[in-house]
Amino acid sequence: MDELLREFLTETNESLDVADVELVKFEQEPNNAAILNNIFRLVHTIKGTCGFIGLPRLAKLAHAAETLMDKFREGVPVTPAAVSLVLKTIDRIKDILAKLEENGGQEPEGSDADLIELLEKMAAGETVSEEVVEEAEVTVGTIVDQVLERPLMPGEIPLDELERIFRETEVENPAAKGKTKAKKAPAKAKEKASSSEEKPSPAAAPAKKEEPETKAPVAKAPETPAKKPVEDQPAANNSSSVSSQSIRVNLDALEHLMTMVSELVLTRNQLMEIARRQEDSDFKVSLQRLSTVTAELQEGVMRTRMQPIGHAWQKLPRIVRDLAQDLGKQIELEMVGADTELDRQVLDLIKDPLTHMVRNSADHGLETTEERRLAGKPEKGLVRLSAFHEGGHIIIEISDDGRGLNTDRIREKALENRLATEAELAKMSDAQIHRFIFHAGFSTAEKVTSVSGRGVGMDVVRSNIEIIGGNVDVRSTQGKGSTFVIKIPLTLAIVPALIVEVAGERFAVPQLAVVELVRIQPDSEHKIERLKDAPVLRLRDKLLPIVHLGALLGSVKDELADQESGFIAVMQVGNQIFGVIVDAVFHTEEIVVKPMSSMLRHIGMFSGSTILGDGRVIMIVDPNGVAQQAASSIEQTIATATADAQEQEESNDAVSMLVFRAGGREPKAVPLSLVTRLEEFETEKVEWAGGQPILNYRGALIPLVYVNHEVEQRTTGTQPMLVFSDDGNTMGLVVDEIVDIVQEPLNIELPSETPGLLGSAVLGGKATDIVDISHFLEIAFRDAPEQAERKGKKLLFVGGNVFYRNMVEPILRSAGYRVSLASSAEDALAQITEGHRFDLVVTDLDTPAMDPAAFAAAIRGQAEMQHVPLMALGSAKSRVRPGEENLIGFDRITTKIDRSELIAAIKQCAPIYGEAA
Amino acid sequence: MSQHNVHDVRTSAANQYVTVRIGGQRFGLPIAAVHEVFVPEQVTRVPLAPKEVEGVLNLRGRIVTTIDLRQLLGFPPSDAKEKMAVGIEYKSESFGLIIDEVGEVMHLEEALEPCPPNLDPRWAEIVKGVYHVSGELMLILDVEAALARVTVALAA
Repeated sequence: MDELLREFLTETNESLDVADVELVKFEQEPNNAAILNNIFRLVHTIKGTCGFIGLPRLAKLAHAAETLMDKFREGVPVTPAAVSLVLKTIDRIKDILAKLEENGGQEPEGSDADLIELLEKMAAGETVSEEVVEEAEVTVGTIVDQVLERPLMPGEIPLDELERIFRETEVENPAAKGKTKAKKAPAKAKEKASSSEEKPSPAAAPAKKEEPETKAPVAKAPETPAKKPVEDQPAANNSSSVSSQSIRVNLDALEHLMTMVSELVLTRNQLMEIARRQEDSDFKVSLQRLSTVTAELQEGVMRTRMQPIGHAWQKLPRIVRDLAQDLGKQIELEMVGADTELDRQVLDLIKDPLTHMVRNSADHGLETTEERRLAGKPEKGLVRLSAFHEGGHIIIEISDDGRGLNTDRIREKALENRLATEAELAKMSDAQIHRFIFHAGFSTAEKVTSVSGRGVGMDVVRSNIEIIGGNVDVRSTQGKGSTFVIKIPLTLAIVPALIVEVAGERFAVPQLAVVELVRIQPDSEHKIERLKDAPVLRLRDKLLPIVHLGALLGSVKDELADQESGFIAVMQVGNQIFGVIVDAVFHTEEIVVKPMSSMLRHIGMFSGSTILGDGRVIMIVDPNGVAQQAASSIEQTIATATADAQEQEESNDAVSMLVFRAGGREPKAVPLSLVTRLEEFETEKVEWAGGQPILNYRGALIPLVYVNHEVEQRTTGTQPMLVFSDDGNTMGLVVDEIVDIVQEPLNIELPSETPGLLGSAVLGGKATDIVDISHFLEIAFRDAPEQAERKGKKLLFVGGNVFYRNMVEPILRSAGYRVSLASSAEDALAQITEGHRFDLVVTDLDTPAMDPAAFAAAIRGQAEMQHVPLMALGSAKSRVRPGEENLIGFDRITTKIDRSELIAAIKQCAPIYGEAA
Repeated sequence: MSQHNVHDVRTSAANQYVTVRIGGQRFGLPIAAVHEVFVPEQVTRVPLAPKEVEGVLNLRGRIVTTIDLRQLLGFPPSDAKEKMAVGIEYKSESFGLIIDEVGEVMHLEEALEPCPPNLDPRWAEIVKGVYHVSGELMLILDVEAALARVTVALAA
């Protein structure tokens, strides 16, 4: 195929892609003359070039389309049908071009009479109306008279007319393409005159910022509007912008250059290593220079590989438009940040996943027009695509304002596909459940229908993205829409990495995944603790699960056997944050990622290998692989922990208890779920009011209560406190030291007579006093509870578990209810028969020997209790779960784990200060 | 050349072999498969890798995966300090086959004999045939089959 034809093919294909985008835009804004002129110009260019190269079939087709476009320009109203026709024509042109490429330059046989006829009919069917005259921009440049060397075709426009249009159309960067063209073929300039200046860049939008052209193009056909100022920066809102000054470079050449730069980086690293070992080396200075130049070269070459992400988006408006027509929906596609650049290798790899996701959003995410109207949403659905840089990553978000993910259906499917057990699902948040759509096999059988939940091929999308070291997540609100967030690295070839050592072996950890490094030492504030058997790191009041890299790699047998010193690399993959223990951390190094041998590729823990400065090969740890391993190993520990717990206890759930020391030797504990926050306060800031210590805490004064008089009242430094708060009442319980968090089944073995203590239990093998929070709340707010009791509604809490009863009571009381307790169904019914009246009955479903349905019926049997709201608290073990209220005749079932959820549910059932009080 | 020798397909042209020793046994590698012979240095162990994979090393800027032929053939690990490696290419990747020592290059005119039927099946899979050379048996290794075995073991 000759050079000219090849160039024609590339450029025309590009132009057509732009025309696609422009046409869709035009359909929405039929009065935008600038867009129209752009399209017209594109089509005309194609026609002109075709005629020049000798492709009559294409030329005829393009001509027919051009004629129709010209009618639009003259003011004929634009109909969707007409636009569809033009789009169809463009598709046909693309087909012909594809075959042309296959055949090595031969136009395929066939006729386009059908389309041409339609186009002509459409063009002729309308009366010619007033010409559209738009504001002409003053252009500097000389116009040379042009002579066309062939007769005009029917409907064709004379050249000077065209020239006028071109000058009047605001063009972003006419010089760029003109330059390349002109430079290549100055000899052809004359013949090509008409096509040359008609070959503008496919850029479309009006120039926003104008800068004087500094790098003057060399040879140029005089009629190109070259002296017109050229915009350097593509306009931000212009999705179809291309770089203004460009030359075409063979991709292989660029790839080769990149490989060579990679080698250079490696060699530089090696030299640096040698120089490091030699003091006072003469090389030092020149080596430094070499190093800088290499870095710059590397950056430069990287930049040549960068392309705006808009390239991957180009086809989307068309796809969305076609989808909208097929599905009978109204869809608006909004694209933000199209000029965000990323490595072309990465770009290629995300193109398909992106298209797939946009399709998904339009198809499954958005409701039909009818459904939207019913839901009170604007009829036109929105699919929004945005891209921006964040750190060394690029973030791409695909969001829609559609129906959102159907959590229940996903839950069902997850269950069906055995991805999780019912118990596991019950504990998961919606966000966690949504993530199942990325699971392999989740998408299968489900056929694409308008009612199906999303999840067609999302696992493929995920794996494609993960291959390039990225990750994808979803946020969704039912009825409001979903947002998919893709995070990918800017480049794959050279990455900064942290060199770490585990069991005497070195590994590279990509720095992008490492959030921070924590040093662990026996005496330092950071040490590894254990939650049951799972090791955790307490970092700024957050507990992070921890894995040992050596254990994951099988190099260390005894996991964390008294690991007292070392480093923890805190890593983030997606939403998962975890710590990875390594023995030592050396330095960071720019590493060149080399693919692994096929024999090693199955090891999920590595993403590649690289050669270090000292010439040794080391493996690159794959953060995704570690995250997966970490997740499963953590799950395993939790699973065994809960399994153990379930074996041990009969009626008690394992409870997270916060263990602290407050006076005396024996530890004390409170359920962690009651604690709002753990704080260290500065003792100097404690003030006294009415004989009570108070503290200005987050802008409000809160009372401080010392657990007992043995608690040290420090006067300098800081002291830990547990913050309890509910409904605006906040208090600080001052302790000596926070010891640990343990998760164990709780059996209060020795009830206590001491006020403030519920009793003693064995936690972590030690006798521990369990603190009664309600006692301290009363001390802190001496008046408040009474007040509440005067006004509050009466609530009966029925629960067989002493501990849980005692735990819930203060919560309910502090929320403003008057609480009565009953230990069994009989007890509760007895209280009711005695004449006590309640506004709400809350029942613990795990109360032994209670049939909730019978209990509900018995209460309803009492004349005055017929309409009392009945609420049940269930756990994962309960036979009925939220949503199954009807089975047992309750008004509401909620889980008992979360305090705030519990309060919210109760308040919904019985507002505190209701008229009935 | 005997007609009934079905194993003798490819070796008739230039029957040149690089002889190597592994665990006392003499093996021959088709010279066309061998790119280079080198002393493996600074081999990095790869955790979780198949047991036949000794590790990876840097050979003049290329990353070479080394395969322990002793392990592959079921010999006990060697305690010799000096090892040798034969560099080969397989599916456009570089591999180094770790052996005990490298001998001369042999040009053999006579036909390759099929493996004795009582050969350990693990060996028979990766041995193309046998030569009698100066009163000793030399097994001709099928390099591709040997490497394929490591890969197949993964899939299983």
